[in-house]
Amino acid sequence: MNRIQAVNDFVIKFANVNGTGSASANNMFAKALFRMGLPVSPKNIFPSNIQGLPTWFEVRVNEKGYLGRRGGVDIMVCVNPQSMAKDIREVEPGGYFLYDSSKPLDIRMVRSDINMIGVPLTDICTREYADPRQRQLFRNIIYVGALAALLDIEFDVLTGIVSDQFRGKEKLVVPNVHALELGYHYARENYECPIGIRVERRNEVGDKILIDGNTAASLGAIYGGATVAAWYPITPSTSVVDGFDKYCKRLRIDPGSGNKNYAIVQAEDELAAIGMVIGASWNGARAFTATSGPGISLMSEFLGLAYFAEIPTVLIDVQRAGPSTGMPTRTQQSDVLACAYASHGDTKQVLLFPSTPKECFDMTAEAFDLAETLQTPIIMLTDLDLGMNDNMSEPLTWEDGRQYKRGKVLNEEQLENMSERFGRYLDSDGDGIPYRTYPGTHPTKGAFFTRGTSRDEYAVYTEDGAEYEKNMQRLLKKWETAKDTVPAPEIIGTGNSVGVIHFGTSADSTMEAIDYLAEEGIKVDSLRLKAFPFNKAVDDFIASHDTVFVIEQNRDAQMKSLLVNECEVSPKDLISILNYDGMPITARKIHERIVAVVRGDNVTPLHKKAGNKE
Amino acid sequence: MTYQRPNFRHPNLPVNELGYTRKDYEGALSTLCAGCGHDSISAAIVQACFEMSIEPHKVAKLSGIGCSSKTPTYFLGNSHGFNSVHGRMPSVATGANLANREMIYVGVSGDGDTASIGMGQFTHAVRRNLNMMYVVENNGCYGLTKGQDSATADVGSASKKGEPNPFEPIDLASVALQLGATFVARSFSGDRAQLVPLIKAAISHRGFAFIDVISPCVTFNNNPASTKGYEHVRDHLAATGTVDFVPVKQEITTSYPEGESQEVTLHDGSVVHLQKADPELDINSRRSALRLIKDYKAKDQILTGLLFMDEDSRDLHEIIGTSNKPLRSLNESDLCPGQKVLDNLNESLR
Ligand SMILES: Cc1ncc(C[n+]2csc(CCOP(=O)(O)OP(=O)(O)O)c2C)c(N)n1
Ligand code: SF4
Ligand SMILES: [Mg+2]
Repeated sequence: MNRIQAVNDFVIKFANVNGTGSASANNMFAKALFRMGLPVSPKNIFPSNIQGLPTWFEVRVNEKGYLGRRGGVDIMVCVNPQSMAKDIREVEPGGYFLYDSSKPLDIRMVRSDINMIGVPLTDICTREYADPRQRQLFRNIIYVGALAALLDIEFDVLTGIVSDQFRGKEKLVVPNVHALELGYHYARENYECPIGIRVERRNEVGDKILIDGNTAASLGAIYGGATVAAWYPITPSTSVVDGFDKYCKRLRIDPGSGNKNYAIVQAEDELAAIGMVIGASWNGARAFTATSGPGISLMSEFLGLAYFAEIPTVLIDVQRAGPSTGMPTRTQQSDVLACAYASHGDTKQVLLFPSTPKECFDMTAEAFDLAETLQTPIIMLTDLDLGMNDNMSEPLTWEDGRQYKRGKVLNEEQLENMSERFGRYLDSDGDGIPYRTYPGTHPTKGAFFTRGTSRDEYAVYTEDGAEYEKNMQRLLKKWETAKDTVPAPEIIGTGNSVGVIHFGTSADSTMEAIDYLAEEGIKVDSLRLKAFPFNKAVDDFIASHDTVFVIEQNRDAQMKSLLVNECEVSPKDLISILNYDGMPITARKIHERIVAVVRGDNVTPLHKKAGNKE
Repeated sequence: MTYQRPNFRHPNLPVNELGYTRKDYEGALSTLCAGCGHDSISAAIVQACFEMSIEPHKVAKLSGIGCSSKTPTYFLGNSHGFNSVHGRMPSVATGANLANREMIYVGVSGDGDTASIGMGQFTHAVRRNLNMMYVVENNGCYGLTKGQDSATADVGSASKKGEPNPFEPIDLASVALQLGATFVARSFSGDRAQLVPLIKAAISHRGFAFIDVISPCVTFNNNPASTKGYEHVRDHLAATGTVDFVPVKQEITTSYPEGESQEVTLHDGSVVHLQKADPELDINSRRSALRLIKDYKAKDQILTGLLFMDEDSRDLHEIIGTSNKPLRSLNESDLCPGQKVLDNLNESLR
């Protein structure tokens, strides 16, 4: 029989039952490879349920550093009888299937083209442990031990992780190491180790860290000076505020009084959450909220108010698939349009698109600067894949001494010395951004009444159409200013006729696909969007390529629509590569589609308009 | 149209401790209908703030949407104001208050704004004991959208259109009491003598101070068949008694007969004195207030005045333990932990 042979390049998937403590064992596995210097990208695939349903954990190991989802499974570790039939089918021919052999396998499931590895996990646990909870927990550790033998994982690395994990609870170290040994020895005694797939120490991770995007974003909020967080729980955004809470407890307690230099309010719903953020920001604090799709819908009215009344607002949207009863625990990039044009009237919102945890950290901190500089909502669009999975990332850094950019705010002294009349919505600098004042600044100067648009430049009530139009024009001017204020796109490669535009979590798979294409002689330039509004570099990139692909993870090609709407480009000039099954997009998919279009003879280059070739 | 008042000051106008005249507490000229109850409430707020010598810029005015919610433009012109969205003023006030605990927060809402679209946010602001005065200008209808019945309209009450309302009303004072509000009062826009001291006490109270003010809508709901018109309210009023607000620096000089009066000292040292009309009332007892509201209603009377207060109330900041300094005044050195902490953190993530 064929046995897949691979060193440091494979996909392993764990099939568990949720609520059984498998997550920490699986993380231990991923971390061990990471500590052996191997790039890993672990992904949780979990149900919208607390206990008892199937859940999976997939790890791609790739020494070249490809971190996107590859597709296909080389090794399946299945400890969930419920999903076993499906799990077995998923294994690539020549792959490996590790299962609990305490009970004989249903003969109908057995495949002759894959390698079956039975480990009697239940029997070992029954023999070793009396307590049912221990039986369940250690079962997971035992299969990690078995994998150590089967894949040649350095055992010391595993024991190192165990001692780190239980620092302060040393009593737990010995039984965990023992469980690892049980699995390790069983595999050694019963199978030829290592199997065809194995790992070898490398030095491919440098100083990188393993962290999920939501935790990184929460740290960004702390470093960015947020003092008020208001939220309503929703997967996959909850861990943003959980992280904020956890790290504030360590980093934001006033040493003298023990009081909190922050406030977290679990609001009654998302309307209230964003209302609190707006109220706090209006009153001069840095505030934020985090939500996901359904919450965005509820926040929509307030987002309009913040846009028109020009109140800094920071919102993190961790995107997921579809409605509440859709696939709330699967990933997608499907709130792009809902956020870009959130609310009624003519509104456009500034968006940020991080691709890595480091960018979640940086962009969250920067979102506060941008919100206060531009006096408008800033929505950071991340997704479940980035937010809830540990991702390999550059380490988090902060330049000590960095000052917050608090934007155009007049203080008491400036108001006192001001001879002209204060106009809250007056464009004194010609960049469309007016000056604001915090409530309570000066006894007689600088107070104004905040409302939507029924006011003039001095915030005095009016319903005059000409004033309305003037204000809307100024907001457009501000939008132009925003184009050069938000992060510029990242462009890699120039001079080729094929270009791809991508953003957020499509980055890893896109870059991998581009490498494959290059090997086949198809050279591709890429542009990674980091923000909306798009700046001129985006127009230029589209104009300078004959064929432009837009890669995104939603059905309706929302980013393409946004590009068509906001850039000088016809819909025909952009070819979509879409993925919306709730799983992260793969390099295979991107590669196939680009090859088909570029090699397919029925496709005419898109910019082949007469006389349009420079 | 926008209005600016002529800005001249009579040399003999009375001034308060800060040297301000009453005029310094006024706002833009009202654009509400002549005779609208809401304007009287604005005037009472002006009077109370003037008499209390509050620095106008230390007040933030917040409102939702409606004729009532427009009124913050018409008082305290030197204060920042925020006309937010329909029914959502409580959340904006919560955020504002979290940012700076040192200011005075005055919220103005309508019965539609609070009892319908904003019921959820209202109840949660009560529950969190947000430190603010929350005034509902209650006219039993939606003024700004031209007179539809609101959720506080009494059964059988008819607006100008003439159709009697078939639904039970929501009594906001009772709701607030049940939710644990720490200061609850009811008044009538036409009763300035009662309303001004209630506003003063509400502002001095630490925690959520709720005043339900019946405020007739002269345009849509002031006809004989309406229970929230001037005539009906005047004929059916019953007060818990006369309320005196005695500021910190002032002694109580009048002596009141024992048993018929009750005194409450607020956390800032000022005193609220109630000369009770009904010996049954105990303003420290929620139950007593709830029962009396019902009893009077059964007699077809509207009980006004101070209904309940808890002088030991702890506000949201105290409950969640936030810094004594306003959060908005904290700077980089208070807030940003620096690279060294990140170095350690990075190390723990390898
Ligand atoms: C989301 C939303 N829905 C509806 C409206 C329309 N609207 C404006 S004011 C109002 C009712 C206000 O009634 P109330 O709060 O009692 O204030 P009043 O005008 O009676 O003082 C309504 C429904 C709105 N502004 N926003
Ligand atoms: S419509 Fe009614 S509530 Fe509105 S301003 Fe006129 S009288 Fe007042
Ligand atoms: Mg009303």
